[in-house]
Amino acid sequence: MSVSQRLGTVVVLFLVAVGLILWSVNSFLTPGTPGGVVNFTSGHASGQPVNLTVQTVGSIGFGPHPTWVSYMTKDPTTGKFIHDNTWQLPAHTVVNVTVYQYDSGSPLRNQEWGQVQGTIGNTATLNGKPYSFYNSNTGNGVGHTFAIPAIGVSVPLVGVNGSLTLCGQAPCGTNNPHNVITFSFRTPGPGSYNWQCFVPCGLGYLYGNGGPMSTQNYMGGFLEVR
Amino acid sequence: MAENSSQKNGDLRRITIIWLIVTVVGEVLFWTLVAKHVPPGRMTETAASSQSTFNILMGFAMPVLFGVWVFMAYAGRVWSDKRNPNPAMGGAMARNHRATSVAWITITSVVVLFLAVIGTIGLIHDHGSGGGEGPNPIYSPAGATQAEAAALAGTATWSPGSNKVLPVQVIAQQWKFTYRYPTFGGFETSQLMLPADTTIAFNVTSLDVIHSFWAYQLGVKADANPQVNNVAFTETKSPGNFMVRCSELCGIWHGAMFNSGKVVSQSAFMSWAQGTESANTANTADLPAFAWTYVPDANGAAGGYYLDGKVTPYSTSEQYGAKQPAS
Repeated sequence: MSVSQRLGTVVVLFLVAVGLILWSVNSFLTPGTPGGVVNFTSGHASGQPVNLTVQTVGSIGFGPHPTWVSYMTKDPTTGKFIHDNTWQLPAHTVVNVTVYQYDSGSPLRNQEWGQVQGTIGNTATLNGKPYSFYNSNTGNGVGHTFAIPAIGVSVPLVGVNGSLTLCGQAPCGTNNPHNVITFSFRTPGPGSYNWQCFVPCGLGYLYGNGGPMSTQNYMGGFLEVR
Repeated sequence: MAENSSQKNGDLRRITIIWLIVTVVGEVLFWTLVAKHVPPGRMTETAASSQSTFNILMGFAMPVLFGVWVFMAYAGRVWSDKRNPNPAMGGAMARNHRATSVAWITITSVVVLFLAVIGTIGLIHDHGSGGGEGPNPIYSPAGATQAEAAALAGTATWSPGSNKVLPVQVIAQQWKFTYRYPTFGGFETSQLMLPADTTIAFNVTSLDVIHSFWAYQLGVKADANPQVNNVAFTETKSPGNFMVRCSELCGIWHGAMFNSGKVVSQSAFMSWAQGTESANTANTADLPAFAWTYVPDANGAAGGYYLDGKVTPYSTSEQYGAKQPAS
């Protein structure tokens, strides 16, 4: 092999290596959408609110981690709940959220999450009744929270009675014990914003923050605001 | 020999003159154009102290840096092979110059020792320079001990112009900082507001893993360890916005563990604190009694189910998240 051929080989290999490094870095820095994206922008009329319906289940019942707690999203096209928790939403738009909470609750590690914050009016409704905070040391406690830290949204999702037979196979139907929590928030400008649960609900993991709490698409995901 | 000595002196004189000119120009440009913009700014005494220290370091480093650069450039230019086809490889030109060696060692030693003294004085004078000093701070500003004791006893007061130290508790948890204000009924909030011209005692702790409270523009950084109260002091100066970030890798949402904060006028802070205290009254009543550290439930607050109406209540103090009954 001549010197020029060897040099060419070295240059090509170098460029390939650089390309792979750049691709890897880009992949790492770009927010992932491992469970796919539910598109709420398609056909959306400007100025009109978006209706986002989700459910929280104590154990998803399928997939690689059937015992993990998870959110599910109602596909606006098919009306079916799917395990995709990254949502493409229009910017500067009111989002009306309905949460079907099928999981039980407990006292919060930090009662600060018991306050409804960042929603329109700083309020939410629990089975039709408005509330602005919930004492997690009473009643059924709080199962999860829905929070978008970047815009200050945090809503405690009151748990259902754990002594009842709870839904153990998602998607759950309304014949199972559940609470209905509704609230609205306004999307910010275009960007990628993470949403998450702040209740350490990863059963069996240290401090409850491993497993589903540390895996996207279970107790957290992204708002891809366009 | 005489020719070599004369040549060496000429080189040294030229190098010194060039170095002097470059250094003076560099120092003037730095101190007039750059110094006041060096991070972290001057929002607090500790930030201003950090900025001053960085500037002093730079001021001392520049002559050394330029000395090396000028020497390298001069050597490359004047002592190159093209200009010296038959360079002297030994003899007087290669012999050690004792005066230069002594001067180099002396000057650099003095500089390093001087900077060490400056840094040490800064730690004492700035009450730890914004760093976490642990639960028993070595350097406390006047009135801090009394303010901290009053905060724990629930008797702390603060008002504009009172010149009192304001204790603020920083509670880190995966993956958010929250803040308690013991001077105002112990309410907890996600917002960090501080009054200007006030000494702040940050009491930093964690409810789960190790985090780190890093308010960069305030010049404050303190690790948040579970069941440890890490105290850091600063004195706010002028109003402004700052960012708080977690600087200890703490899990999947570590990168999202940040919030903005504000230093506002004392009257604006008072108004905000009283308003928030009032708005949060109901939630504050459900918080555990104010304490420097809290004992979280190691199983996770939602780590088990419990029967309706049979919740283990909070202990009267120091516990966030009740222990779960065996499931």
